[in-house]
Amino acid sequence: MADTRKIAVNVNGTMRSATIETRMTLVDFLRHELKLTGTHVGCEHGVCGACTVLVNGNSARACLMLAVQCDGQEVATVESLATDKKLNVLQQAFQDNHGLQCGFCTPGMLMTLTEFLRDHPEPGEAQVRDVLSGNLCRCTGYQGIIDAALDAAKKMREAAP
Amino acid sequence: MKPAPFIYHDPQNLSEAVNLLATNENARVLAGGQSLMPMMNFRYVMPDHLIDLNKVSELSYIRVEGGTLKIGAMTRQRDIEFSSEIGKHCPLLHAALAHVGHRQTRNRGTLGGSLCHQDPSAELVNAAALLGATMHAVSRRGTRDIPFADFALAYMTTALESDELLSGITLTLSIKSMGYAFVEFARRHGDFAIVACSALLSLDAQGSIADASIALSGLNHAPTRPAAIEQALRGQPLEAATFKAAAAEAEKLDAGADAYVTSAYRQHLARVLTYRALEQAAARAKEIQHG
Repeated sequence: MADTRKIAVNVNGTMRSATIETRMTLVDFLRHELKLTGTHVGCEHGVCGACTVLVNGNSARACLMLAVQCDGQEVATVESLATDKKLNVLQQAFQDNHGLQCGFCTPGMLMTLTEFLRDHPEPGEAQVRDVLSGNLCRCTGYQGIIDAALDAAKKMREAAP
Repeated sequence: MKPAPFIYHDPQNLSEAVNLLATNENARVLAGGQSLMPMMNFRYVMPDHLIDLNKVSELSYIRVEGGTLKIGAMTRQRDIEFSSEIGKHCPLLHAALAHVGHRQTRNRGTLGGSLCHQDPSAELVNAAALLGATMHAVSRRGTRDIPFADFALAYMTTALESDELLSGITLTLSIKSMGYAFVEFARRHGDFAIVACSALLSLDAQGSIADASIALSGLNHAPTRPAAIEQALRGQPLEAATFKAAAAEAEKLDAGADAYVTSAYRQHLARVLTYRALEQAAARAKEIQHG
């Protein structure tokens, strides 16, 4: 008999309930149960960063958490960034600076940077490189991503009241 | 891959947790999950019972008490990284954490999880060896204290019994007045070190070395505290020749080899990193003395 639990998780501002196997990882819950396929599954052992989401505002590997651990918690995925089909400042900066090519790593990059730019509105390049060390990209060589992060930080500062 | 089936338990307090651990066969304790979860995803580890400590809030604390620093096993690496108490009383832990994983893994990963996983190259394991941490084990039978030297038994093996879990550690705060350093070499930032070296130095009134501690990890199945090198440093002047002599001895320590790194290369790193660690710790010790 599979060990199951009923959980209720606030995902991108909406309460979502489901009965799941306790061994289900958070990333599989998002993709298979909620059909939120923006969060990608890469290595499944916490190295590549493609599955990065925010749990209670802090970035975390969704492949290294169980969905059952998120019962009653707040989870934010890449689907929370755009509004009315309009890219947010960070997403737009990725497009403008060639911050992506195949796009596989992009959701994780965006979520890592969402947390980082919230906490560090005036980052230097070294800080951006350090925080992105937890997200692998095999296409861009990272320079476009670094440029996008710095560009987004600048635009967010300009837009701030 | 995905974890094999298990029964999930989420105890709300420590006594519930140790009861579950004592009464269930093939049970594993889940802390931050940054090591155990990958091992379960790969099915290297297939527990029948998973006991999740994330709701046991009494295991998460940072407290300064009468000359000691006490840190709970479930304290997140993130909370240690951003703690001003830690920065004030044990900055070595901040220096070590700068090399631990990534922002996303430190947000979830815990002190106790890393120490109980006991990867011999883990930075927090090295720091616990250097600081001579006292490890607090708890089970339904009671509690016991284990000196770190007796806790780290072998590769990913601790002295904890199957019904015990780590509740926290205690560090003495004499380290506050010592120069410190944590240096390592890893192929990529955030990886486990190939070799890491940490050091603490205190000076006497003449500015010579009064006391020295060194911990080297990555050479063998557990961190090494080279007592002979530490002893030989006492009374020596703070100069390059002193550090060079200690580094030359570090190169003679036993080192294992694996498919990627030879023992000769690890010994080379032991020499280079011991020199760097002593040099940095000496600079900080001087600042403290002249501060």
